[in-house]
Amino acid sequence: MFRQTEIINQPSTIPPSKEEGEYLTINVGPQHPATHGVLHLVITLSGETIINIEPHLGYIHRSIEKMCESLSYRQFIYVTSRMDYLSSHINNHACALVVEKGLQVEVPQRAQYIRVIMDELTRIASHSLWWGAMAMDLGAFTPFFHAFREREAINEIMEETCGARLTMNYMVPGGVMVDLHPNFQQKTKALIQAYYNRLDEWDELVTGNIIFQNRMKGVGMLSAENAISYGCTGPVARGSGVSCDVRKIYPYEIYNQLQFDEILETGCDSLARYNVRLKEIRQSLKIVEQLIDNIPEGEFQAKTKAVLKLPKGEFYQRVETARGELGVYIVSEGGTTPYRIKFRSPGFSNLSALNHMVKGSKIGDLIAAMGTLDLVIPDIDR
Amino acid sequence: MTNEELKIKLTELNPAATFEEGGEWLNLFIDAADLLSFTKTIKENSELYFDYLFCLTCVDWKTHLTMVYHFSSTKHRHNIVVKVKLDRTNPEIETLSFLWRTAEFHEREVYELFGVKFLNHPDLRRLILTDDFEGWPLRKDFEDPINMIKL
Repeated sequence: MFRQTEIINQPSTIPPSKEEGEYLTINVGPQHPATHGVLHLVITLSGETIINIEPHLGYIHRSIEKMCESLSYRQFIYVTSRMDYLSSHINNHACALVVEKGLQVEVPQRAQYIRVIMDELTRIASHSLWWGAMAMDLGAFTPFFHAFREREAINEIMEETCGARLTMNYMVPGGVMVDLHPNFQQKTKALIQAYYNRLDEWDELVTGNIIFQNRMKGVGMLSAENAISYGCTGPVARGSGVSCDVRKIYPYEIYNQLQFDEILETGCDSLARYNVRLKEIRQSLKIVEQLIDNIPEGEFQAKTKAVLKLPKGEFYQRVETARGELGVYIVSEGGTTPYRIKFRSPGFSNLSALNHMVKGSKIGDLIAAMGTLDLVIPDIDR
Repeated sequence: MTNEELKIKLTELNPAATFEEGGEWLNLFIDAADLLSFTKTIKENSELYFDYLFCLTCVDWKTHLTMVYHFSSTKHRHNIVVKVKLDRTNPEIETLSFLWRTAEFHEREVYELFGVKFLNHPDLRRLILTDDFEGWPLRKDFEDPINMIKL
């Protein structure tokens, strides 16, 4: 009995060394549960304080940009589902839009409605998964199962219509690939009702938890000025009060006819980014609610030529994915394949701000800060 | 500002700039030597205020390389595209990472894929590929029979 107490009373951590040259370097990843993918961070520590973080990328680099140079304008869309696999509908959407912009194709109303509904369902699914994973990173395991159960319902709806659960490949130049499944409307309506109740549950379970709040407040501070300078977009920038929602600023499809709010928080910390995402789920539900009963009848795909040729020139299209602004830049020489294609992925820019966000804080806060960046590694590496 | 107003304003700032017609946004070519001073002006000028560099990339035109910078303003919501032609054998250009921090990562990516050397860059190393990788994979003449990228 006596010996045990003695051991407990010993200091558990080594005091931080003040001298330079005595820093500790540790590797987080490439296989680490908190990086959610093959991200490799080389962290320099002084005691428990982070001195520097250097991301090493490329473990899942497939050179999608080079591959696309030899794929036709119909084929290259399929590759983009593999970039940010949690927003695959939205990635496909961006590519379809840029090709339509080049060809000047008018997309039927029905297809536009279906596309926006699919985008918003994707956003809800992505934010739900993030919410579960975020809580798990901080040590709460139950929310992960809650999130997966809700996301499963969305995946089932997707599976019926698109035939896929992750890499959808549903949006094609001119519209969508197939019409909606007969069950789609009824199932989606049931899902929306269930989701509102679930979100209240989530708030009780995690958001109001004092331990959770203490771990998120004041962690990973990112000022509005720095968010712009680092090119952060999506919930990361909106958590710092930067208005950057592409759906509002440069509306595409029917977003300018819809009633929804751009969520802005001014906390600049992890809790603000957390709140932005949870509130965005409610906004997405609101958008789906507005559309689900009003899908117009008609064609779901415009007639396009079998072989697509974009005119000579440059085309750029940006969309709002669950992680931020995705840009597709195509340089065309008038052929059947793009001459050069560039994907400006939101995760890449958001990750570049990580070092700035956590420098000087404790290593335990790294997970709370990195989690709110919502990194998807194939999106960063491409 | 509309594209026409931007064109007038930007010509005042840099009379040597040439404009490219067509496209959604205003495209302008400037000299590599002018890049740093020109971009600093358009960032700090209150009427232009291009504070957000949202895309930085490069295109290989076989005879030369073209750096492509997409700028946007979070205040005025206008966009421009600034392009700089570079020599293909020894491409060198000033870094923009001190004006826009996002340029640091994007320039490292362009460096390893196109071989463009960014002068005064704080940490110009390969980002995605391995350190011993040879060649510039996104250039049009790149051939690698072992790790085939072309389909």
